Amino acid sequence: MADILLKGRIIYMVLILLAVTICAYSRHPENDNTAGEDEFPVTEFILDHIGDSHEWHILTTPGGHHVSVYLPVILYSRHTGFHLFSSRHISHGHHYKGFSVSAEGPDKGRIVEHTEGYSGNGVYRPLDFSITKIVAAMLVSVIVAMVLFLALARSYLRTGVSEPRGIQGFLEPLVLFVKEDIVIPNVGEHKAEKFLPYLLTVFFFILINNLFGLIPFIPFGANVTGNIAVTFVLAFFTFIVTQISGNRNYWRHIFATPGVPVWLLPVMMVVEFIGIIAKPFALMVRLFANITAGHIIILGLVSVIFIFKTLWVLPGAVVFVLFMYFLELLVAFLQAYVFTLLSALFIGIAVEEHH
Amino acid sequence: MVAGNSLATPALGLIVWTTVIFLIFLFILRKYAWPPILNAIHARNERIRSSLLAAEKAREEMIRLQADNEAILREAREERDKIVREARESGDKIIAISREKAGQEASVIVAKARLAIEREKEAAMMEIRKQVADISVDIASLILRERLTPSREQEKLIENYLKEIDKGMN
Repeated sequence: MADILLKGRIIYMVLILLAVTICAYSRHPENDNTAGEDEFPVTEFILDHIGDSHEWHILTTPGGHHVSVYLPVILYSRHTGFHLFSSRHISHGHHYKGFSVSAEGPDKGRIVEHTEGYSGNGVYRPLDFSITKIVAAMLVSVIVAMVLFLALARSYLRTGVSEPRGIQGFLEPLVLFVKEDIVIPNVGEHKAEKFLPYLLTVFFFILINNLFGLIPFIPFGANVTGNIAVTFVLAFFTFIVTQISGNRNYWRHIFATPGVPVWLLPVMMVVEFIGIIAKPFALMVRLFANITAGHIIILGLVSVIFIFKTLWVLPGAVVFVLFMYFLELLVAFLQAYVFTLLSALFIGIAVEEHH
Repeated sequence: MVAGNSLATPALGLIVWTTVIFLIFLFILRKYAWPPILNAIHARNERIRSSLLAAEKAREEMIRLQADNEAILREAREERDKIVREARESGDKIIAISREKAGQEASVIVAKARLAIEREKEAAMMEIRKQVADISVDIASLILRERLTPSREQEKLIENYLKEIDKGMN
């Protein structure tokens, strides 16, 4: 009974979310109407949604008025030092303090500084440490996750050993899953303790960002784990943890692979080094590609409605988007699992004791 | 306003922010969330494991007790059977013994009675013999007295005396 109720509630929620998505997107064509008269700019629309941005666009009114949350821009210029201002000042091609968002060229979409008397054409790219849409969304999901887990920890401290209830019932199986099905089988029982905090954190960081990325309104819906910079950092942490915890056997295997003739060792060393880099690289690309692909497919299916400009495709599009949403829900868990699993595997290889 | 027009080019600012946010996230969870959560889960696992073990032990104990009970019951039953059997045997024996004793006693009594009868008979015979002798002596004395008188009357007299003796004997 409760099960059916829950299912009904989920479907209802997804429908609501979908309705909101379509409402929000439906106003978009008037926004960047760059390609042709009535042509719907699919590519720009999709790239705009999966990419990063200095402002958080909510909707554009039928009158062409943009409703956005303007995020802080933090810049370091070699010539003029640090700058902190609202992205409102540089929205829609405005110039502010010599900064603007490049409209075209190799720096398209990036903030550039227009300086006089310096080399080149006087356009220089400052270091951009802005709180972008992705940073803001990441902060939101991290804060939510921290509140959840601190509440969970407190409830454990308060109730002690008892049956899981409330939030425990949802989070505890996941924690147990990471511990018993990912970390212990790959790292080993007695070393699991050491790496469990990192791997649990990675798992829930990816999971919550994946899930929040699927909720199509502010302050969610940013393509956080589908951004290569984010996945790069995560993969880099796994890389660092793996190399730091690598024991003698691990390094010997890289520098002097057992059972390999001496003249072949330099070649093997190169191969092993490529392997060291390739592992986190694969982690980085896998997460980035999977999440981005999911967003692209959903956005593409929503775009179908605006490309055909007819209500007749609506049911089909809605069904497909709904299907993709369920698939992405699965992918959100799957990719968090895969990333954590492979991280645990790499760490497990690095700390493995040879007999 | 797409920051970073190429999807595959990581933006430096985002790398820095992700690093900072992730490290803070890791630090806080590692310090305040994971230890109590993992400890509680561990403690519960331990409790469940020990409870299961205890339950298993209790079950074994119960089975053992049941077996014990059955053994005790069986023993008691055997004991009872034995006692009953013994009682029956001893009863039979007692009956047999008493029967034998009674038989012996009866024969002793019979023997004694026979002896007494024998003795009585002998005494009676002796008495008879003595009386016959007395009677003979009496008759002889009477006859001797009658010889001096007519014979007819003597005969009558003897007859009378005999009658007297008879009376006296009875």
